[in-house]
Amino acid sequence: MTKCTDRVVLDLWHPLQAIAEMPAGRVHETVLLEERLGFARDEAGNAAVWRARPDLRADDAVDIAAVNDRLPAKVAYGYVWSSLGNPPADIFPIPEFAEPDRRRLNAATMGVNVSAPRAIENFLDMGHFPYVHTDILGAEPHTEVKEYDVEVSADRDEILATRCRFFQPMASTVSTGGADVEYVYRVPHPFCSVLYKSSPADEKRMDVIAIFIQPVDQEHIRAHMMLCVLDFDNEDKIIKRFQQTIFGQDKPILENQFPKRLPLDPRAETPIRADKSAIAYRRWLSQKGLTYGVIPAAA
Amino acid sequence: MITLYDYELSGNCYKLRLLMSMLGVKYKAVPVDFYPGREHKSEWFLAINPLGQLPVIEDDGLILRDAQAILVYLAARYDPSKKWYPVDDPKMLGEIGQWLAFADGITSTSSAARLHDGLFYDFDVDAARAGAHRLFRILDEHLWFGEQEGREWICSAPHPTVADIACFPYIMLSEEGGIPRQDYSAIRRWCDRVKRIDGFVVMSGVFPASPARAA
Repeated sequence: MTKCTDRVVLDLWHPLQAIAEMPAGRVHETVLLEERLGFARDEAGNAAVWRARPDLRADDAVDIAAVNDRLPAKVAYGYVWSSLGNPPADIFPIPEFAEPDRRRLNAATMGVNVSAPRAIENFLDMGHFPYVHTDILGAEPHTEVKEYDVEVSADRDEILATRCRFFQPMASTVSTGGADVEYVYRVPHPFCSVLYKSSPADEKRMDVIAIFIQPVDQEHIRAHMMLCVLDFDNEDKIIKRFQQTIFGQDKPILENQFPKRLPLDPRAETPIRADKSAIAYRRWLSQKGLTYGVIPAAA
Repeated sequence: MITLYDYELSGNCYKLRLLMSMLGVKYKAVPVDFYPGREHKSEWFLAINPLGQLPVIEDDGLILRDAQAILVYLAARYDPSKKWYPVDDPKMLGEIGQWLAFADGITSTSSAARLHDGLFYDFDVDAARAGAHRLFRILDEHLWFGEQEGREWICSAPHPTVADIACFPYIMLSEEGGIPRQDYSAIRRWCDRVKRIDGFVVMSGVFPASPARAA
């Protein structure tokens, strides 16, 4: 496979690793857009990222201040981010992340044999809840995806799906029974999505669950699952387990998608009404001229 | 009550949840943050299992590790029908022992490939996949010839045994390690039979069988 030449994707910030899972002062390695990268953080929480080089191997001790020829690096939402191009000054905002009473965790980073846009599209889909996440995020006969709204916010350049409602038997670790749950989806980045859902712990606020996709190549990803939730009782590992159980159910569905890249031609796959957000997402990617991990529409 | 030290995405933990569900045995699960927390290498867990591996059970003062060993224990102790582990049938115990060892081979190949792809373990994934295909071919032939003789399960009993439960999870999860099963039709039919055993439960990545067709 050729390395990425997609300007849109090269200029994005991409997540690499959860800070909490990186011992300070040690070299870590990963692959982003088919390029092997080295990265590290210091005790103060600053990060450095560079193209992998033989003098800095995984697990080597490193003083990041002494590393030259670096790539852009940022720490946001508990992860190290980098870019192979010229990224914008800021990563999209998630204001809730700053609220002090929230639990902020990386539920897991998992490798999935699928393209980044397919993973985002699955994250936006409510129709599969009763069949794939049976008795957790959905249950028969409550299979209807009720009418919801989708808009592309021009000033923020992001997709927003609102008024999404779904009956969920066990919406979170705090749930005590089934409830109609309200969802808001944001897609503020081609390969990242942020979900807000009613919190069983506080009816005035919403849990935030984000999926940050690191494209390893066009058909392989690392999915980073960020949780920023209201849960005053459960241990971290219980909260992580809940999300991993759900993601583990999605995994075989994602890996059996064919073709693995997301077709952007509106005639390539037949959508139904419930796919409104997916249609907006595909159109948005098309309008950006994004080509990596997709099958572009014929000109 | 039995305590199971458990990780949801572990096929070896799943095989114990599966057998206990089929036997109707109640248990308490203690979640272990295997990934990303590596809690199975923590001090408190190493005190329970110095090998630092899941699963482990505690029952009535007994601490037992190793999925296959635990299957043997659970069936011998909690299955009054003595079908899952026929303690009075030496030939059957020999067969079961043979296939429990085979299940360990499935773990070290198919499960290793899945850990490589999904959780970034530094394994030789090509060797793991090749090893899994070799074992799947052997099991597929064994099951295919069994079907010709009217045998539906791995061992030569007219009912499933712990050998079926031991082999099932990492076969079902093989695609997560890049090991497709389309060439193994007898394995696929056997998987559907396992899914139709009373008390069958799923785990993340394993879906239930479609409703059985009328015969």
